[in-house]
Formats: sequence, C-alpha cells, structure tokens
Amino acid sequence: MYQLKNVTKTYTGKRTVHALRSVDLEIGDGELVAIQGPTGGGKSTLLQMLGGLDRPTSGSVLLAGDDLAKLSDGALTSARAERIGFVFQHYNLIPTLTAAENVATAMVPLHVKAEKRTRRALEALASVGLAERADHLPGELSGGQQQRVAIARALVKEPRVLLADEPTGNLDEATRDEIVELLEGLWKEEGLTIVMVTHDTAVARRAQRRLRIAKGTVTER
Amino acid sequence: MFLTYLRRELRHRRKQTAVVAVGLAVAIALVMVVSSVSTGVRDAQTAVLESVYGVGTDVTVSQPGEAGGGRPGRFEFDAEAGEADDDGTRSLDQAQLSVERGTATFDAASLDTIEGVEHVTDAAAALTLTSTSFSGEMPDMEAMQEQMEAGGGPGQAGEQGGPGRAGGPDGAGGSAFEVDSFTVTGIDPSADAVGPLTTVEVAEGRGLEAGDDEVAVLDATYAETAEITVGDTLSVGDSDLEVVGTVTSTTGDGVATSSDVYVPLVLAQTLADLDGQVTDVYVSVDSADHVDAVADAVGAALPDASVSTQSDLADDVTGSLSTASSLVSTLGTWLSIIVLAAAFGLAILFTVSGVNRRTRELGTLKAIGWGKPRVVGQVAGESVVQGLLGGVVGVALGAVAVLAVNLAGITLSGSSGGLAVGGPGAGGQAPGGGQATGGGRGGGAPFGQAADTATSAVDVALSAPVTVWVVVAAVGLAVLGGLLAGVVGGWRAARLRPAEALRSLA
Ligand SMILES: Nc1ncnc2c1ncn2[C@@H]1O[C@H](COP(=O)(O)OP(=O)(O)OP(=O)(O)O)[C@@H](O)[C@H]1O
Ligand SMILES: [Mg+2]
Repeated sequence: MYQLKNVTKTYTGKRTVHALRSVDLEIGDGELVAIQGPTGGGKSTLLQMLGGLDRPTSGSVLLAGDDLAKLSDGALTSARAERIGFVFQHYNLIPTLTAAENVATAMVPLHVKAEKRTRRALEALASVGLAERADHLPGELSGGQQQRVAIARALVKEPRVLLADEPTGNLDEATRDEIVELLEGLWKEEGLTIVMVTHDTAVARRAQRRLRIAKGTVTER
Repeated sequence: MFLTYLRRELRHRRKQTAVVAVGLAVAIALVMVVSSVSTGVRDAQTAVLESVYGVGTDVTVSQPGEAGGGRPGRFEFDAEAGEADDDGTRSLDQAQLSVERGTATFDAASLDTIEGVEHVTDAAAALTLTSTSFSGEMPDMEAMQEQMEAGGGPGQAGEQGGPGRAGGPDGAGGSAFEVDSFTVTGIDPSADAVGPLTTVEVAEGRGLEAGDDEVAVLDATYAETAEITVGDTLSVGDSDLEVVGTVTSTTGDGVATSSDVYVPLVLAQTLADLDGQVTDVYVSVDSADHVDAVADAVGAALPDASVSTQSDLADDVTGSLSTASSLVSTLGTWLSIIVLAAAFGLAILFTVSGVNRRTRELGTLKAIGWGKPRVVGQVAGESVVQGLLGGVVGVALGAVAVLAVNLAGITLSGSSGGLAVGGPGAGGQAPGGGQATGGGRGGGAPFGQAADTATSAVDVALSAPVTVWVVVAAVGLAVLGGLLAGVVGGWRAARLRPAEALRSLA
C-alpha cells in the first residue's frame, strides 16, 4: 500500500526541526500498524506524510504507486477525498452540523447527490452503532460517540487506508476498548489498511505490526 | 450542504452575525438617507429654479446694474406732499413701480440678437418690476419742528404733539406707514414655450392672452394673501388693472410661481416708463451639449449682459436650501463614508476572527478532501449572506428613516439669482405662500431696501424619494461589505494547511 523512500521532513522556522530523518518504510495492503514513540518524536508528522496533508522536504511517499510528494495540490486533495480516511484525537467534528451531516461532509467532494449522501451517512452511522443519534449535534454526544461519528465519516467514502492519530487519546479505558474493537472489526471485515498512532501500549499490542518513532527515526519492534 | 452548513454556522454565532449585519444595516441606512435627502434637495433646487426661470430654460440673460444705482425705489416726500388734515397730519398714498435693485434693463432688441444665435430654439423676454405702494400718515412737519425747538427730541414728543405719536419721517416713532410690495412680471403672453409661464397653470379665471391690455394675472398664493379675487382691480404704478385670473405653479405643491403679478410685457413697459426695455431673457437650447456654447455666444453678442446657465443658477440658489445642499453633500457624504468604512471593517474583523477560531474545523474539512475553492466559498458565502441580511435590515431601516424625514415636514427655502437681500425690517415670508411679500410694516427700514426683499424666495417642502436604484445600491453596498469580508476571510481560509486538523489546540 505504502512505500516511503528516504523521507525527510524538516520544519524551518525560528528553529530548524528535523521531524523525520530519511525514513524508509513499507506498509502492505491490509496491515494494521501501530505507531508509538515519545512526544515530539515525529508520529503526527509521519501520519501527515502518509495522509497527504503535507509534503516531505525530500524523498517519496508512494500510495499504491502514486507519489504523494509530487502530486499537484488538486490531485492531493482528491487523494485525500477518495482514498484516505482520517480519524483524529479530538474527533474534529463540525460542531454546528448533526452526526449525519458530519458524516455527509466526507461525500461532498465526491459529488455524491444529496439524497444518496443522507442514505449513505445513515448507513455508516448504523455500522458504528449510532443510527438513532443521527440528528444529534456533536455537543450532545459523548466522546466515544463522537469518535464513532468520526470513524463513520472516515469510512463512508470507502477508503483504502484509514489513518488515525491517537484515536483513543481522549477516551476512558472502556470506551477506548470499544473504539479499538470497532477499528479491529473494520480491519478484519473490510480488509482496510490501518495506520494508528497511539501512546497506549494496550492498544498497540492489538496491532499486527508495531513501529516506534523517536527523534524522526522509525524502528520496528 | 453549503446552505445547511452556512445557515448553521451563522445561527451558531448569531451575536457576531447580528453585530455585523446591524453594522452594515446602519451604514447603508445612512447612505440611503443621505442619498435620498440629497435627491430631495436637488429636486427642491430644480423646483426653485423652474418656478423662477421656467421649465426648459437653459440660459438666462440679464443685466446687472450698479448696486443702488438705476432708479432707486425710494419714495420722496416733502412736507407738502399728500393731503393735509386739519391737525396738520398729511395722508400719503403713493405707488412706485421700478426695476429691482441691482438689475438694469436692456433693449428688447437683444431678444432678436439672442434668437439669432445658433442652437437657440426659443427665447422669451420679460420685464420684472417691483411695485411698492406706500400709504400712511405723516405728522405735521412744522409742528414737529416747533417741538424740537422746544427741547423735545423726535419720538419723545408724542404727548404734546401730533396725532398718534410724533416722530421723524424715518418712521422711528410716530408715523403710521403701510408698505406693500409685490413683484410684477411683464411678459409676452404668446411666449409660453420658455420662461416663467411654462410652469404655471391657470387656477381661476384665465391666463394672459395676446391682445390683452390693462389686465393682470395673479399668483394664486399672493392673491389669497393680499385678499384679491378675480374681477377685483389692482393698482400697479398709476394704473388700476383688472385681475382676470390666478395661476399656480406646476412644479410642485407649495411652490409659489416666480412673480406675484403677471401683466403683458408692453403694459409693464408703459407703466414703468421703460418702453422697449426688458430685464430678463429666457433662452432654450436645442441640446444640453450646446448650452455652454450658446451662453458664450450670447455673452459675446451682448457684452454687458450677465449670462447664466442652469448649472450657474443652481449654484446661485441661496437660503436654507443651499445650506441643506452643502450639508448633505459634505457632512452627509463624509459621515456615510466613515460609517460605511467602520461597518466594513467590523465585518472583516469578525470574519477573520471567525476563521481563526475555526482553524481546526476548516483544516479538518481540507484534510477530508474539501478543495480550497469549496472552503473559501463556504467562508465567503457566510459573509455575503451576512451582508445580504444587513442589506435587507438596512433597507427597511433606511426606508423608515427616510419616511421619518419626509413626515417631519422639513421646508426648505431657496432664492435664486441673489435677489433675496433681506433688509432690516423685512417682513418675512407670507404664511403658506412662500413668496416674501417684501418690506414689512416696521417703518424703520429705508423703503428702497425693503422693496428689494426676497422677490424670488420659494419655499419647497423637502420630499426625499427612495428610488429603486437607491435600494439596489444600498443592498449592493451591504453585499459588497460582506464580499470584502469574505474575500479577506476566504484568503485566510485558503492559506490554512490541512495539517491544522491534527493540531491539539482546541
Ligand atoms: N508546523 C510545524 N512547525 C515547526 N515544527 C513542527 C511543526 N509540526 C511539528 N513540528 C515539530 O516536529 C517535531 C515532531 O512533531 P510531531 O507532531 O510529529 O510529534 P508527535 O510525535 O506527534 O508528538 P505528540 O506525541 O506530542 O503528538 C516536534 O519537535 C514538533 O515541535
Ligand atoms: Mg502528534
């Protein structure tokens, strides 16, 4: 699925930060990868490279053969819209939109008709067990429920890859387990490739493959 | 999704939305009021000009006289004038018909010269006169002389002296004077294509007709004030004229016509002893482009004449009308600009702070594949709708404000041609009519000056119209404000990196 070659990310600002130092990494189709490491180690930066949210300073990030580092802005946006699903630590739902509408936002750039959008959003919410909360605003949902909505939003477009940055970071243990089980189930059933950043060793242990990133360098463990 | 999201977002931050919309609303309401009032003032100016110069007059020709020169409208009495009563008081009854001060007459043959100028389509000549009649009593001069010698000053000798209170002939104390002044315009009855007659219509009786001899037509307002009706006689100069009709102005309600009395030109010339003389020529020109050329040509042909175009005349309008006009154009415009700029600034500020607050939200949308144009459009759309909201509220607010201005019944008074030089003791405006009937009853003023007063002051009720264009422009301005804020906010949104979605900051 992914092939990273010699990926470097250097932030130049007040201080030059080498967030990633010539990372070589291969992630196969249908893998469930957990990324761990100390804070500031470069986990989020690596996820940004994988998700096409930012470009590496040098090196190439091949997603099914396409180099995300070299795609145009428009093509990169399309890649994010069509092929990559995101789940964030803070859920990142639009606070003014209902659960169903939040899920539907993912289909807006895919030019799905409004009617079909609503139907698919409701299906996606049902698949994460939130069918009856479709009309609720994020503020009316618990953290775990919000994260389920976010997962539904990431999955409704049927992406090839799901990228999650500390998806359980803000949740209590019981809810954390629910979410991890949900992701595991999707991984097994849909054959998704999942890359998940986590601080939580309990979560990481459930992954097939575990990576550690510290000071911009990736190591297997 | 666009509209749902937009609606939710605006409702979510309804306070900011309200502040921005109200700011824009107040600003455009102000713009509406200023532009409507300035249109109203301009209309009033046009009404004044038309009532004085007639519709279709592009150029007027007159001849300035030396100040105080010409024939001064001054009554001359001597001790023997009038009829002496038993007690030595003399009753006086005199009327005088003369050209207004500061105006000179010129040869009517100039009309032919003017008609010969290229592009002139029509010209009409008029002789504008002021009739001042004086009636009253004067104390016995000889008796006064004696009193003065006996030690009493003028005006203090009333107890012993003549009838009423004694005083000097300057009216400071004892004389009972009545001064009545009105304007008389002599005009060729057939010249109704241009000039003062173009804006009058007959109210009662008939208008002037070719072949009319010793007849007069009165301004209806003046007739009412002076209590003269059709069929009465009116003394003009030494003659008694039959009043055959009254006329009113067609330029608007409450607008007086340019003159109190209209008589045939020849009659006016005879009465004033000014055969073959006129004071004004009204000229119409075939196209607006030729007005200046015609004015120049006439000026060259008649070097002594003063030639004015309509725009010169508009500048000449004085009185509260010109005050209002300059107030609206300076203060009003600047105030509008400042308030508009403030409202725009407010809209921009709130939009930008909104985008900053939504950094993660907008970053997330980018992260899940919303393109730049879609995100920018969303932000800009919100601002434009805010602007539209402000526009709708502002138009309503502006309409109410303009209505209030109209209902306030503001009356503007304007005079044209610089004739309205109010002398001390000037009598003020006639009630309801607008035409100042000239020197007041206060005998203290020199009569000649009193007679000069306000021959063409016209009162016009301010009516500020709200046109479709004003409404469109107002809404347009509000939307422009929203658009401007949207562009700035959108530009910031466009620069947001999708990686902002991963920021841990709430
Ligand atoms: N936009 C940026 N500009 C400058 N430096 C940055 C930027 N983003 C990240 N960094 C720096 O890059 C390094 C790696 O950051 P990154 O967010 O990838 O760490 P992380 O492993 O996700 O840490 P955490 O566990 O705290 O989320 C850090 O030193 C961080 O300060
Ligand atoms: Mg991180």
